[in-house]
Amino acid sequence: MYFYNVNELYRAMSPSVPLQEMIRAIRSARTQCEERGVIQRECAAIRAQFRQADNGGRSHNLAKLLYVHMLGYPAHFGQMECVRMIASPRYSEKRVGYLGAMMLLDEKQDASLLITNSIKNDLSHSNQYVQSLALCTLACMGSAEMCRDLAPEIDRLLRASNSYIKKKAALCAVHIVRKVHDLGELFVPAARSLLAEKNHGVLHGAVVLIIELCERNPETLERFRKTVPDLVQIMKGLVLSGYSPEHDVAGISDPFLQVRILRLLRILGRNNEGASDAMNDLLAQVATNTDSTKTVGNAVLYETVLTVLDIKSESGLRVLAVNILGRFLLNNDRNIRYIAMTSLQKIVGTDHNAVQRHRGTIVDCLKDQDASVKRRALELSLALVSASNIRSMMKELLLFLSSCPAELKAHAASGIFNAAERYAPSQRWHIDTILHVLTTAGGDVRDETVPNLIQLITNASELHCYTVHKLYRALLTDISQQSLVQVACWCIGEYGDLLLRGECQETEAVQVTEDDVLDALETVLQSHMSSPATRGFALTATMKLSTRITDNVDRIRSIVSIYGSCIDVELQQRAVEYNALFKKYDHMRAAVLERMPVIEKNSSGHTNGETTGEAIKDIQPAKVKQGELLLPPQPANQVCDLLDLLGGSDETLQPSPAVGAPVPGLLINTASIAGGDLLDLLGVLEPAPLAPVLTAPTVPVYEKDGVTLTLSCEKQSDTGLTVTLTASNSTESDISSFTLQAAVPKSVQLHMKAPSGDSLPARGTAKVTQMVVLNNPNKVSLKMRVRISYTSQGSAFQDTVQIDSFPGLDAAGQ
Amino acid sequence: MIKAILIFNNHGKPRLSKFYEHYNEDIEQQIIRETFHLVSKRDENVCNFLEGGMLIGGSDYKLIYRHYATLYFVFCVDSSESELGILDLIQVFVETLDKCFENVCELDLIFHVDKVHNILAEMVMGGMVLETNMNEIITQVDAQNKMEKSEVRLTLPVHYFYLSVYQAGQVDTGRYCRSACSCRISCKEHEPPGNAQKHQHW
Repeated sequence: MYFYNVNELYRAMSPSVPLQEMIRAIRSARTQCEERGVIQRECAAIRAQFRQADNGGRSHNLAKLLYVHMLGYPAHFGQMECVRMIASPRYSEKRVGYLGAMMLLDEKQDASLLITNSIKNDLSHSNQYVQSLALCTLACMGSAEMCRDLAPEIDRLLRASNSYIKKKAALCAVHIVRKVHDLGELFVPAARSLLAEKNHGVLHGAVVLIIELCERNPETLERFRKTVPDLVQIMKGLVLSGYSPEHDVAGISDPFLQVRILRLLRILGRNNEGASDAMNDLLAQVATNTDSTKTVGNAVLYETVLTVLDIKSESGLRVLAVNILGRFLLNNDRNIRYIAMTSLQKIVGTDHNAVQRHRGTIVDCLKDQDASVKRRALELSLALVSASNIRSMMKELLLFLSSCPAELKAHAASGIFNAAERYAPSQRWHIDTILHVLTTAGGDVRDETVPNLIQLITNASELHCYTVHKLYRALLTDISQQSLVQVACWCIGEYGDLLLRGECQETEAVQVTEDDVLDALETVLQSHMSSPATRGFALTATMKLSTRITDNVDRIRSIVSIYGSCIDVELQQRAVEYNALFKKYDHMRAAVLERMPVIEKNSSGHTNGETTGEAIKDIQPAKVKQGELLLPPQPANQVCDLLDLLGGSDETLQPSPAVGAPVPGLLINTASIAGGDLLDLLGVLEPAPLAPVLTAPTVPVYEKDGVTLTLSCEKQSDTGLTVTLTASNSTESDISSFTLQAAVPKSVQLHMKAPSGDSLPARGTAKVTQMVVLNNPNKVSLKMRVRISYTSQGSAFQDTVQIDSFPGLDAAGQ
Repeated sequence: MIKAILIFNNHGKPRLSKFYEHYNEDIEQQIIRETFHLVSKRDENVCNFLEGGMLIGGSDYKLIYRHYATLYFVFCVDSSESELGILDLIQVFVETLDKCFENVCELDLIFHVDKVHNILAEMVMGGMVLETNMNEIITQVDAQNKMEKSEVRLTLPVHYFYLSVYQAGQVDTGRYCRSACSCRISCKEHEPPGNAQKHQHW
């Protein structure tokens, strides 16, 4: 009778044998391709097996499939099989089925709904292990609907079952509360009663559940505050109980439970005097009695420290806690140092002075080999920088920056900038620091560093000489760091005369000739390492120097004309504009390329010229429509000249795909960085509002009975014109149903846009604007008749006005 | 909350991957690869905490890992878990495996991955720590295995004397390992005598 086919026997005896054979086969494959072949064959066999109605080896097949899934191959065809297995009465099949459900199903799959019923049945199964399977699966992948369905079952299990099931039910309840927040209320009473249990597993689960409930709902938190004495009692029992073999881990009684309870105490004691008082003694006891030579002891101590620092503890206890952290910092074990710094980070806001005491150790950790420790030390050092220690800290941080790992460089650089900005003891120090950062980590700084630095430099007017000398020297050594090169070019362009003068108070004088400077700029222009933006900077700087140097203007001219045929469109455009400046508008060149005024940070005003009174043109942001006029705030008689000027200059410029009517005023935007940082630089933040509000003159065309109508117009193209009519009401009563109608000569096309509104409140508090677009292809003399109608104080008014002359156009209406 | 538990060897081959949040299959594989990449770069004497994994979720998540001979045990956790506590948990997990498999080694994990899942299910549930007492865990796992076997026993009443050869969690095909180690699995490393190579124990 024992002559059985051994293989059959094995297969029936243990579900794992065929799995092992398959694993063996997979491992013996020598290449990835072979492995894939084996797996495909196995999967095909498994699929065939699944299709058969009933065979003894179902669980093996699913186990094999799960193994294949772990290796990364698709296994979704096993989902229905999981559902079937879960419904089977046999424990071995259920087990594999539930495991499969956890690995292959999630709430997005339809099949997961099918197992809800099975789980429900299994939750009330007589066998506790079947129950536990169901609980485990529900906690892992239960969807919101499933949770809602089964929550009452879980509550029942929380109250009346053995401790094995209770602890699993508790964690399942946590999952339910996470998925469906409202169900938290359901579990509060059960959670409360679980605290009286003796079994540590159940206690642990109960504490986790209570933590979750308290974090979700502040009212629940209030209710659970009453449990603080019970929790304190439990902790005391654990700490003082002496040796208990079943819970002992390296001399400490159930450290996991202790840590959990401490965390709950922290949540309950936060911002609450009464609860905090109740725990003070206990925390002191734990802090002093726990053995810190082993990792478990340190885990408990660490949690205690965090709790002490988070609740309203008395000052003696706080000092004790910070001292413990200080001890951790000096520990040899890197893990301990790491978590010490993590916890110091949490309290650096509130107990700043206490943490400052350990600054030395923290700064030393910057030099540690471990990247994680370095990261923590960097965060903490940046938080500890203050006005009193800025110089020494900055030295350390700059040292760190030169040797830090690549992933931390950007963060370190921006942290240093912030610190420097807040606490810089002097402007020169500030500029030095930024330059230092740019030379060491120039590639990792953010884009707005360049305009910020430029703004800083212009503000420090007495340091211009020093700055430009330093930057020039930096430029000579290294032109690979783009941010540095951009700033250097800008400064040389701007303050080139100071550079050439040679003398400087703050740094040793170096004789620089004009040729040297132009050589340096040309190197930047021609180098492969320079980005297009950098070359733009260099070209503009070269141009600016034409007014600041005396001898080599021809050289500049030739450089500029060479770039007139550059492939880069931006450079080409600039070069051509500068060429035009040389040729046709030489008389304006000095005015155009004058020194820039002090830039105000983040000023949103459009005009910068007001601050210095120099003839700097009003700057419009780069996005200017072709042909749109930029009229500087100059006397009106020059206006027409300028219009002709600009009209004429259209022909000399090559058409460029870039948007932008070439206007000399735009040349001022020398530090134009691609993408609009320009706007920040010059304090103009918004993109161009197309209506030139400050520049087009408005003319009143109608005034009667308190209603005023003003007109302004804007030439869009040779034949197109946009007229803006603005109405306001200076009477004491509101006007409603205000409408404007316009009529023009026959050949002119008219298009009225929607008015901004139709009511004019009293005393001119708000205006109504109406835009009218006119097209005058035959260039006839432009006239417009406007009819105004409105209702005031119950009666209707109507009036007509003829407009014969439009401001900004000459008599011919052009 | 624990987001994922991964075990892989020194070459990055996954030996166990348990995710407590749902990801697509290819994302899961990517996470395993990325984690391996981060963890394998680490020196031996640096701390066991790592930050900066991109895929498995931004700034709140840390990787806590331990390296045992040829295997890395990695737990990906968020800030609600105590870091040192998780380190201890890894230790408890490994000790439990050791008790269940008797001097466990990597091959045990390879050939009995379903049993490892069962053991893990007694320790961590739904991303939360369930039980940390080793004896309790082992008791429960043994009881469940017995239940499974008793079902099998019911189908073959006559030949139960073969079952006496069984050990919890192991299969004996009648060939004992001839090498010097006490491993009782029939594995390809221990083919017929003469080729016995010692495989790694830890």
